[in-house]
Amino acid sequence: MKFIKIQDCYKVYKNGVTATAGLNLEISKGEFVFIIGATGCGKSTLIKMLYREEKPTKGKVIVGGIDVAKLRNGKVYKLRRKLGIVFQDFKLLPKLTVYENVAFPLNSMGLKKSEVKPRVIKALELVGLKEKIRSYPKELSAGMQQRVCIARAMVNSPKLLICDEPTGNLDPETSKEIMNVLDGINKELGTTIVMVTHDKDIVNRMKKRVIMLENGVLISDELKGKYKAHEGV
Amino acid sequence: MLLRSIKDGVRSVFRNFSLSTASILCSTITLILVAVAMVLSANVDNFTKKIEDDMTIVVFLDSKATKEEVENIKTQIENLDNIDEDEIVYKTKAEVKMEMQSESAIFNTVMGDWNDDTNPLKDTFQLKVKDIEQINKTAKEIEKMDKVSTVQYGEGIVEKMVGAFKWIERIAYGTVLALILVTIFLIINTIKLTIFSRQKEIEIMRLVGASNFVIKTPFIVEGMFLGLIGSVIPVLVVLFGYTTLYDVTKGYLFSPIIQLIKPTPFIYYTSGIIILIAMIVGMIGSARASRKYLKV
Ligand SMILES: Nc1ncnc2c1ncn2[C@@H]1O[C@H](COP(=O)(O)OP(=O)(O)OP(=O)(O)O)[C@@H](O)[C@H]1O
Ligand SMILES: [Mg+2]
Repeated sequence: MKFIKIQDCYKVYKNGVTATAGLNLEISKGEFVFIIGATGCGKSTLIKMLYREEKPTKGKVIVGGIDVAKLRNGKVYKLRRKLGIVFQDFKLLPKLTVYENVAFPLNSMGLKKSEVKPRVIKALELVGLKEKIRSYPKELSAGMQQRVCIARAMVNSPKLLICDEPTGNLDPETSKEIMNVLDGINKELGTTIVMVTHDKDIVNRMKKRVIMLENGVLISDELKGKYKAHEGV
Repeated sequence: MLLRSIKDGVRSVFRNFSLSTASILCSTITLILVAVAMVLSANVDNFTKKIEDDMTIVVFLDSKATKEEVENIKTQIENLDNIDEDEIVYKTKAEVKMEMQSESAIFNTVMGDWNDDTNPLKDTFQLKVKDIEQINKTAKEIEKMDKVSTVQYGEGIVEKMVGAFKWIERIAYGTVLALILVTIFLIINTIKLTIFSRQKEIEIMRLVGASNFVIKTPFIVEGMFLGLIGSVIPVLVVLFGYTTLYDVTKGYLFSPIIQLIKPTPFIYYTSGIIILIAMIVGMIGSARASRKYLKV
């Protein structure tokens, strides 16, 4: 049984746009997968279905044994607790400190303070930001903010980390650092990582599995793949 | 976690100060009216019941009425909806005479030598009504019956007052209902504002796996808290206002027949109910707002 299984998956938005059209895809535990493709080809839609921000219109999306399409709204949180999500725009809360931001998922699960603290420290150590615990997001560089975001995603020790263009707002040097953090998480903790990116250099350097979409359809899926530009881009 | 939700909910009442104030003010006014309506209706119910218990219709029968005709009248009276069938008392003129004689020495000597033929009194039915507001109508119906001479009841003014009070009660309830709706509407809007101001936080909470319960609770708390603050003045009005009213009027209104309910424990029950209504109205408002704007 694969960790992620997508079968004949269609997503048609309410406005009639078909974002994915008959996707078939399997991802095993511990894999590191890049998802690439021209803008608007359905990458974000694909991963939004993994964390049930969107429901497939047709077909199956199974994540860690949970059938996403059948998940009721009131139960979505159960899926979300099993995975971490990292965004291009960080989505940190400006009024909370680094510590509070990372502790946020655990607090909203109702964990005790004594249980929260060691996990937050561990997550911040994982991204190398333990000394910034009392800072506020705006006092940090973009790269550091993204590391806080990764720490928050990892604080609950998820089996799957989903990243939508995590380096999209970062310069090449900082991007490299972030990729090192992600690679470390993948290698040391065995966390499955699915990452959407436009960054050619990263994809080419990392030599991971690369899945390419075009108009909502999978057009190539290679182990140790290279970045390929869509024709005309 | 619950503590945090409560803190968040309370804090946001102060954050959206102007709209919060509007909702609190509105619930205060509403709840004062609720209090007035409750006090009024409890008292009206109380004294109308008492009056109804005392109020008797006396039906004087034609002295020439035969036994069958009396039976016939009784059946007709029994068939009236507003008459309590179990409390129909029939007294012949001889019985009335004896009753009066036993009550006073003067009557005793005056009536002493009346016999059945010279006795000017009349056979009577004594009746109790179920609804005092209808007593007038019922009396008229009985008066129309064959072989009924006259019908007497009550003091007139009391029934009119009961009727007036019942109308005031109805108007108060109508107003209260309308005001409750306005209050709910205002609370919905206050909560909506909080939801909008915290949209980013809510989005992130959802993404990191906060359950709906955790996301919703602060807003429900906020709504309940708005209602609760709104209930402070109305509760004071009930506690002190009613006690003062009772003391000033010495326990009755206009006439000793219209007795007020004793303040204790009445005011405590009423206050409890007002607080309960306040919290329920707040909860309904916030539940509606979160269903509509939280999409959880
Ligand atoms: N919520 C939505 N409602 C309607 N249409 C949408 C929605 N989200 C995305 N789309 C449309 O679906 C298509 C795929 O969008 P998606 O965001 O998945 O692309 P993407 O590959 O992530 O693009 P980018 O590289 O620019 O982020 C696009 O045509 C987009 O306009
Ligand atoms: Mg995208």
